Amino acid sequence: MSRRWLLLPALVACMAAPCRAQATRLSVPITVDTLENGLTLIVHEDHSIPNVSVDIWHLVGSGDEKPGHTGFAHLFEHLMFMGSQNAEYPAFDRLLEAAGADNNGSTTNDRTNYYEEGPANALPLMLWLEADRMGWFLPTMTTEKVDLQRDVVKNERRQSYENQPYGLAWENLARLLYPAGHPYSWPVIGSMTDLSAASLEDTKDFFRQYYSPNNSVLSVAGDVTAADVKALVRQYFGEIPRGPAVTRPVAPAFALAKDTAAVIEDRVQLPRVYNHWHTVKVYSADDAALDVLSYLLTGAKNSRLTQALVYDQQIATSVVSFNDGKRLDGDFTIYATAKPGHMLPELQRSIDTELHRLMDEGPSAREMEQARNSIESAFLNGLEQISTKADRLDSYFYFVGTPNYFQQDLARYHAVTAQDIQRVARQYLGAHRVVLSVVPQGKTDMAVTAAEATP
Amino acid sequence: MNRLSLGLLIALTAGSASTGFAQAQSFDRTKPPALRPPARLKLPPVRSEQLPNGMKLYVIEMHEVPLVQFSLVFTGGGRLDQGSPGMTSFTADMLDEGAGTRDAIGIASEAEFLGASLSTGSDWDASYVNLKAPRRTMGPALDLMADVAMRPTFRATEVNRQRDLRLANILQQRDQPNTMAALTFNALVFPDGHPYHRPIGGDSITTSGLDSAKVRAFYNAHYSPANAVLVIAGDITPAEARTAITQRFGSWRAPVPAATTATSAVPVDRPTTVFLVDKPGAAQSVIYIGRAGVERSNPDYAAIEVMNTLLGGSFSSRLNQNLRETRGYTYGAGSGFAYRPLPGPFTARSAVRTNVTDSSLIEFFKEFRRIRDSAVDAVELERAKSYLALGLSADFETTSQMANQVVGLLRFGLPMTYYDDYVTKVMAVTVQDVQRVARQYLLPDRFTVVVVGDLATIRPGIEALNLGPISVRDLNGNEVH
Repeated sequence: MSRRWLLLPALVACMAAPCRAQATRLSVPITVDTLENGLTLIVHEDHSIPNVSVDIWHLVGSGDEKPGHTGFAHLFEHLMFMGSQNAEYPAFDRLLEAAGADNNGSTTNDRTNYYEEGPANALPLMLWLEADRMGWFLPTMTTEKVDLQRDVVKNERRQSYENQPYGLAWENLARLLYPAGHPYSWPVIGSMTDLSAASLEDTKDFFRQYYSPNNSVLSVAGDVTAADVKALVRQYFGEIPRGPAVTRPVAPAFALAKDTAAVIEDRVQLPRVYNHWHTVKVYSADDAALDVLSYLLTGAKNSRLTQALVYDQQIATSVVSFNDGKRLDGDFTIYATAKPGHMLPELQRSIDTELHRLMDEGPSAREMEQARNSIESAFLNGLEQISTKADRLDSYFYFVGTPNYFQQDLARYHAVTAQDIQRVARQYLGAHRVVLSVVPQGKTDMAVTAAEATP
Repeated sequence: MNRLSLGLLIALTAGSASTGFAQAQSFDRTKPPALRPPARLKLPPVRSEQLPNGMKLYVIEMHEVPLVQFSLVFTGGGRLDQGSPGMTSFTADMLDEGAGTRDAIGIASEAEFLGASLSTGSDWDASYVNLKAPRRTMGPALDLMADVAMRPTFRATEVNRQRDLRLANILQQRDQPNTMAALTFNALVFPDGHPYHRPIGGDSITTSGLDSAKVRAFYNAHYSPANAVLVIAGDITPAEARTAITQRFGSWRAPVPAATTATSAVPVDRPTTVFLVDKPGAAQSVIYIGRAGVERSNPDYAAIEVMNTLLGGSFSSRLNQNLRETRGYTYGAGSGFAYRPLPGPFTARSAVRTNVTDSSLIEFFKEFRRIRDSAVDAVELERAKSYLALGLSADFETTSQMANQVVGLLRFGLPMTYYDDYVTKVMAVTVQDVQRVARQYLLPDRFTVVVVGDLATIRPGIEALNLGPISVRDLNGNEVH
């Protein structure tokens, strides 16, 4: 059955300056259709350019992997481009390029997505290709294909982690923050050892378990009509059988028992210190406040940490923070790189001083309004692109259960108060943390010590 | 007023009959669906005018989202550096670190409060002040932009802080193997006396010497309404734009910058030579191969772009297909021409597993020779042409992309009607054209090869290839003994 959700005919926003205080109204009209096999389809019409964006999310990510099989969800993503029964390798990329379309995929802790974007006349081709690899993937999969993409993914790991300055920090942070066996305790890219162990049988099992229509959501945004898209999707995907019900992992509740200091040596010129805390799930009650907190710390030159460390004290080359709420759990990170001649303990003290000042005094009204305005503009920027809209529709459907969540999403940021900021700063950034120092080879004396990591 | 319009009228495949999307009765899953012809992308008109002080204005209306992009371009750019590498980019970076009555923090605070993004910077041809603002705050945001463009303060405290940060960034370039390869490659392909010889961001010696007086003098000599172009795209009318800009920039007077009479050394042209940069213990080797390429005004531009799309400009390209998809040596391999008024570099690049560095070099050279020595397949050629021509519409989606496209045309002196012909020119490229431009511009016997990696492991294998003379270099291209 299909439900048509339509609030406003097009994007409408307040034009007059006095309405700055109230939230801009965002509207992304959509049509939702659920096929008998469980596939969810979301369509958004946007006729501003003659292009279309197709974005399918399969509800499986690295968090679904078992120990010993880390990196498999992402390796599998690579295999999805290696051909299917009616579109044998390398037809997928070639047909899309011949239609002027781009395509790619990505894997996170929680989901794997695939997208195509290009001229709207290529929509049938995009859907046919996606349907073929959802329904007819196994017949052409071979050990040789697994071996080849295993090599490619190992090169991706070398290029993006091992041969990148500070590149090994993230997997160390994940391991040190999350308890062993927690779905987020290993990195999406996986370990070389586990990648080496992946087999054709693993591939077949993984596909059968997770790549079913009932474990997928498909969004189409662009210069199309909802009726056309619905008819095409039913034609191409309708006969793919429903798969088994999927059991997703649960994350054990945990709290870091003590402050943890660690150090890794790397081929870097300047040392960097990471602070990493356990927080909350994405879209849960404090998630938006933690995003705003991150903006107040490092979102602009006049944010607390950037102004203090880079502009006033001039002890850091840069300072970065973000809140990373995920489906099962979340974490918050701050990292700062020392300017030549400055030491990590000095940076760490300044970070702690600023955090405590914010916890004690809270942000000013002007800081809060700056954050709200900046975050609202980021929303507007996103609405300029059909690919961004398509991806957000899938994301909202997956994480909050309704794709039409743009307005509510913006509203939760507008609802954050200065008191909320003070409270979440104390509650989450006042709790135990992981402090990781990345230092030049042989310079472990540059690291933040355990005593310095305990405020 | 000029009108920019773009026709995309190419049928993709034979038999792409104009049928509706939903034709259940003709459904055959074993064959790719036949596609209707692509729709024509209609671009809004570009309205242009000139203020009495010489500043040029281009306005494109896009009313879908209440945002406006303002891109202020000062012609010049890094090629003005001459004896002081990094001066142009440092001056541009300093514009928003203090202007009018505000310091760096005050500017950022105000811009963000208005929900605007304000940034400054430069490339080899121009310096930029870019502003993207919600329509409802564009007035005060433009006030800020006007301060940044016309009233930068260059206070010594701000200059010294940014100079020290830049020195730290230059130091950190040694950590990043791609940056190491690019710096070394440019130093070796473009000789001393050529504007691209040294990094656009400067080096540690020239950066150390930057001060407030030098930056102010450079600004005074190179920023003027006479060399300024403002491109505006978004939720604004031409009349509104004219009023808003005249009010803020109309009374700006500054001397006309002196015409650049920069002479340039000739890019190196020598038999293929290999330069190695040591990164002990590296998990991969970064490979850069190439030479000076072509200028943007080259009449073969469309044919060169099609040839490069086939060679290394798309996922299905020969280099990526060979090194990644067939052999698993890398996460990706590609190639490209950098277009600037003077010929920028052509580079073919990849990061490959350390122990297949020599094998990867063999494959690179095999592909260079193959595209020169034998005619490309007709299907492969059609795919590359369609990918380029039909992919164009995605570059005009947002207000920022639209402004960038117009800036690009202006930067190279191309007419606003340029895209009318572009698709036609791409689709007219023949098999013979591809081979001709490959032979003319891809010169595997006269390439510079730079490899950044663990020399203890990779050197013997590379020596055995006999590609040409081999030496070990530092990031400035100087020989290391």
